[in-house]
Amino acid sequence: MAKIIAGIGTSHTPAIGAAVDLGRTGDPYWVPLFKGYEPSKTWMAELKPDVAIVVYNDHVNAFDFKIIPTFGLGCAAEFPIADEGWGARPVPIVKGYPELAAHMVQSLVLDEFDMTIVNEMQLDHGLTVPLTLLYGQPKAWPVRVIPLSVNVVQYPAPTGHRCYALGKAIKKAVESWDEDLKVVIFGTGGMSHQIQGPRAGLINKKFDTAFLDGLARDPERLASIQPLEYLRDAGAEAIELVMWLIMRGALGKNVREVHRFYHVPASSTAVGHIILEAA
Amino acid sequence: MSNKTEAFEGVPDYEDIPGTWVFDAQRARKGYHLNAFFYSLMKAENRAEFLADERKYLQKFPMTDEQRDAVMKRAWNTLLELGGVSYAIVKLAFTDKKSYQYMASQMVGITEKEYVQMMQAGGRSLDDGWRSKSERNR
Repeated sequence: MAKIIAGIGTSHTPAIGAAVDLGRTGDPYWVPLFKGYEPSKTWMAELKPDVAIVVYNDHVNAFDFKIIPTFGLGCAAEFPIADEGWGARPVPIVKGYPELAAHMVQSLVLDEFDMTIVNEMQLDHGLTVPLTLLYGQPKAWPVRVIPLSVNVVQYPAPTGHRCYALGKAIKKAVESWDEDLKVVIFGTGGMSHQIQGPRAGLINKKFDTAFLDGLARDPERLASIQPLEYLRDAGAEAIELVMWLIMRGALGKNVREVHRFYHVPASSTAVGHIILEAA
Repeated sequence: MSNKTEAFEGVPDYEDIPGTWVFDAQRARKGYHLNAFFYSLMKAENRAEFLADERKYLQKFPMTDEQRDAVMKRAWNTLLELGGVSYAIVKLAFTDKKSYQYMASQMVGITEKEYVQMMQAGGRSLDDGWRSKSERNR
């Protein structure tokens, strides 16, 4: 049986990817950030999961405004890397797991989560930066990836409550797949940040800390945070944190927090990171 | 954390957030062709064509003259107001070989250096009147 054994929450700030790609990880600006992910890389290298479900959002790269899927599941065998306006990141293409993804779609839709099936898409920094942070710069990614894109660009994003419930359905879907697989799930984006308008640069450490605290102990409370609360208290782009709740929902009731890191800033973002193992 | 807000009558509650244009369905509708223009800048050949003759390139997209004008002037906040979304608008900044932080600094009205310094000092605080317009006016 396939099993979701751990969840990773992490910001996906594009500047982090650029720092790695341009060899700037030793710059004083970046040293503290990459140090915070060293234990995570070691942890990941030891865990060696077979599949990673990566919950992320596209930033007007795979999807223009012709079609905006609220939840899109990537069912392709491989996914190219997007040119977001300054050339594609020099990272390996991402290999999918179409058989498991197809099974997940069936299970989720019958479970009343009406997923959009995405058979072709380019992946942007929302997905590739988390892989870089956890795996470094390999020639090929040592894991098969099922991308789950969530619309958090055009308001409203799905609610935290809905995302948390989707996570639970993902657990059910994966654990009804009859193959021994170690699966991890990433919830990406956030934490507090705003990158538009005169209020750009907003950071709310108190909000972020409460969110990190709540993930292990009280996810139900986090799931009840209203959209306005994210926008108002943690910045217009902090709504991305609903994607962490999909990850948390997929881990089951009890988890063990094995690593946590928080750092301000990466570009305009408060970087948050947590690793939770399903207990 | 409270879920309650002091909404203006007939206006979405998130319009009470200062210095912010929430990209909702109405703005998305207004900005559809504007955002399609930004999206086109993902291709290197389009970036070059745009920079060679901005006015001519913008005619390809059935946006309003006000939107075209805001693009030419790099009036970043006006672009938000007219239905642009920051992730799309930033492709114009990238086309100009500028960074995300440059665009944000221009929206804030400070230099890029000042913006970077503000972020390194922990970012903008909610306590400085940035939580709510109605709280500001009280």
